[in-house]
Amino acid sequence: MTKSADRTPKIDVRVTQIVDVTSEIKRFRFEPTDGKPLPVFAGGAHVVVEMEDGDTLRRNPYSLMSSPGATDAYNISVRRDPGGRGGSMFMHDRVTVGSLLRLSHPVNLFPIDRRARKHLLFAGGIGITPTLAMMSELARYGDAFELNYAVRSENDGAYLDQLRNTYGKRVSIYRDDQGEQIPLTTLLAAQPLGTHLYVCGPGGMMNWVLSTAEGLGWPAQNLHSERFLAPPSGSPYEVRLAASDLSIKVGPHQSMLEAIEAAGVDAPYLCRGGACGQCETRVISFDGTLLHNDHYLTDDEHAGGQKVMPCVSRFEGRELVLDR
Amino acid sequence: MTIEFNTETFRGDFTYHNSAEAIARFPFPFPEDKYMYSVNIEPHVSFRPGSVYEHPFDVDEHYVSEVADRALVLNEDPLRSQSLPHMNLAGWDLLELLMTNLSESYPQWFELHQDGDRWHWINRPLGIDDTFTFLDNTTLPYGPMEYIMRQTQGDYALLDQRDDNLWMDAGVITTQADWSLDFDIGMNFMEWHGPVPLAHELGVFERALKFLLNLRQGQPVRRLNWTMTVHPRLDTSPENYAKWGVDRATVTPENAGEYMYLRVELQSLWRLPRSNAIVFPIRCYLISLQDLVTIPKWGRRLHRVLRDLPDELADYKGLTMTRPSVLQYLSQFDDGAQTSAGTFPD
Amino acid sequence: MLVEGIKSRPIYSPLVARTGTLHLFMADGEGAQAILDLATTASPGFFERAHICYIPRAAAGRGFESALQALNPAAFYVGPTVAAALPRLAVELANAHMGTQIYLAGTEGMIGQAMVVALAAGVDQASIQREHRGSEARRVQCVHCKGITEDVTTQPAKCAHCGLMLLVRDHYSRRIGAFQGVCVDAEMPGTAPDPEEAFR
Ligand code: FES
Repeated sequence: MTKSADRTPKIDVRVTQIVDVTSEIKRFRFEPTDGKPLPVFAGGAHVVVEMEDGDTLRRNPYSLMSSPGATDAYNISVRRDPGGRGGSMFMHDRVTVGSLLRLSHPVNLFPIDRRARKHLLFAGGIGITPTLAMMSELARYGDAFELNYAVRSENDGAYLDQLRNTYGKRVSIYRDDQGEQIPLTTLLAAQPLGTHLYVCGPGGMMNWVLSTAEGLGWPAQNLHSERFLAPPSGSPYEVRLAASDLSIKVGPHQSMLEAIEAAGVDAPYLCRGGACGQCETRVISFDGTLLHNDHYLTDDEHAGGQKVMPCVSRFEGRELVLDR
Repeated sequence: MTIEFNTETFRGDFTYHNSAEAIARFPFPFPEDKYMYSVNIEPHVSFRPGSVYEHPFDVDEHYVSEVADRALVLNEDPLRSQSLPHMNLAGWDLLELLMTNLSESYPQWFELHQDGDRWHWINRPLGIDDTFTFLDNTTLPYGPMEYIMRQTQGDYALLDQRDDNLWMDAGVITTQADWSLDFDIGMNFMEWHGPVPLAHELGVFERALKFLLNLRQGQPVRRLNWTMTVHPRLDTSPENYAKWGVDRATVTPENAGEYMYLRVELQSLWRLPRSNAIVFPIRCYLISLQDLVTIPKWGRRLHRVLRDLPDELADYKGLTMTRPSVLQYLSQFDDGAQTSAGTFPD
Repeated sequence: MLVEGIKSRPIYSPLVARTGTLHLFMADGEGAQAILDLATTASPGFFERAHICYIPRAAAGRGFESALQALNPAAFYVGPTVAAALPRLAVELANAHMGTQIYLAGTEGMIGQAMVVALAAGVDQASIQREHRGSEARRVQCVHCKGITEDVTTQPAKCAHCGLMLLVRDHYSRRIGAFQGVCVDAEMPGTAPDPEEAFR
């Protein structure tokens, strides 16, 4: 049970449906194992899916694409990515109907700006997934929006018919193999004041859309692009607790504080988020690099290497000795 | 737990009072004999059954009378409840958060029945039995935020998150410690904390803001804040300052035990799922000094905290004029004995 | 009550010509000079896509109108008062498209009121340029009666509506476009100090 030893609340789910959307994209439906309603989420939110792949615990963020009101199940779409770190291959090749997975609570780093007079959405390829949830929400609240969606071809494009049928003229689809291209400059120049732009897709497309808009005088506050939470994990390492005369291991997804607690050593804390200063711990010596992730210590203190905030910070190297 | 709701007032004849149980569970805010700003944020998890920390939203013996006082304030000054247009969804988030939590914590008083979007809400202490359509403003007598706030103790601010900042874009503020929603609405985190002395220099707000921008759904946090008030007056708004400011000149060492109240705010912060906003409940607890000193540890400690409080802080909290009388009164209860760590009575 | 070191006051900085499809300028008094200064570095043709709305106020007769007109903006309007010019700004914004840049220059009171109109049009406050020129006189909202007193130069200052003597705090509301005034002698009525000039 040490694999997921962090304390953030988790949701246990069972895979209840897998659908081939295109030759490269599968859709997964997750239902809670305890039968209780799932937390509500909003368009643009993602969950981190934890996969136990032998001894490795993989954690990949995926956008939620179901309708935000629905709390009986979540849906995500995963594109097969042989060049990636392995999470998508695991989802495609090893996860079956009935598999048990664990999810984080939804996190939204790509929220809809509710001040907007109009919402202009751009999606490319698998980047369509957060957009689906956003549109179902915007449609429900009666907000003005339009989607511009770039795909390689009719066959490779996910959810094309669903989009055309549900949203009609509010959706424009551009197929690469037909030589169709988003008329970006004309489109951007025609938007009413107070329009907000959202883009999710391959890096090149995101840059193109954002830099074109900036070049036309769109303020940064009106430009939104998808961001994921990077799970604060890293490589495992060892820590020597001098006062307690113990050596402990910190797992890849565990914080130093959690590992200290797991070893039965009482350590002070309050916020567990690197802000309050309670967990400050003196570093006796180290041979390696302290990875400071807190907002509490000053830059000088970070550079000085005499203090560390174990609730969020990590270590890479040979040896770290703490006064604890 | 069954409690009787008090019949009491927070103005005029000031009949507000705490029962012995309410005194024992008062959230005394000082874990040590001195006070300075810090990022005193901790996970808002349940602990100590019977304490104000047992339930996510505490309802106590003052509930019915506090809600009645709020209705008086809103009637006099509707600007105490405001929501910028983009915050309507956050208002529904808040209504949902309170209804689900209150009905779970206090099933004897509150019931929520959900049939799709059709919601049925029963509030027995206030005699409310309403059916409405979730997310449809036209089915409620007020906007969603004001509707639920008229049934809730404590002030609530709704903070929109954008541009790496938090914007106070809605709220119902009728029990505030001298700040104006009407003036501050639309300000960001740094701006509305602008008037607070010393804390900016200590970097307190910068750290707190960075922390809050990362606040996650399902992981609320809390902190305590405090000030002092003459009489158990909930509405110490700047709007009415010209009316209540005069009370300060009436405090003497002889009447300080009766006139002066320690005012503690239990503040919590919650990420809301639909709007991605943060809701910031500021729940106010009041205790007279004469009730407070019945807990010897609290009497000793409050004396030391106030005695050593930096002048800027005392000034910001509006204590400059009353502090000498309060100290003289409290000194009788400070025999110099050591106090134990933590906030709870010995 | 403390008045020093308060963070909500807007930050003003010199106007710079940004890339955009339409440039909307609103200035009063010596704010005209901020536009003239910007013009020295703006690219040729910049004012072909500019609308200028100017309220001379105390600077009337100093030749700012003709200097601004000489920039040949696509539209030029001289208004009698800020209040008279604001509806024009509101309509311009309602018809505007993304890529429109907004520039405000002059007194704090005018900037504050124009900001209110721009925010209501769905513009984010951070994308609006503001340069303060001329009088430091403040627009003050009485927190008690909510009345606004224009061109306040003293500390404390009398509320033009309810008559209370107000301490003018450095606490500024963008939404109201005014500083906060709080009764200065509430604790001991009748002890207000005499007003002294504080903002010019
Ligand atoms: S527990 Fe707050 S900084 Fe580590």
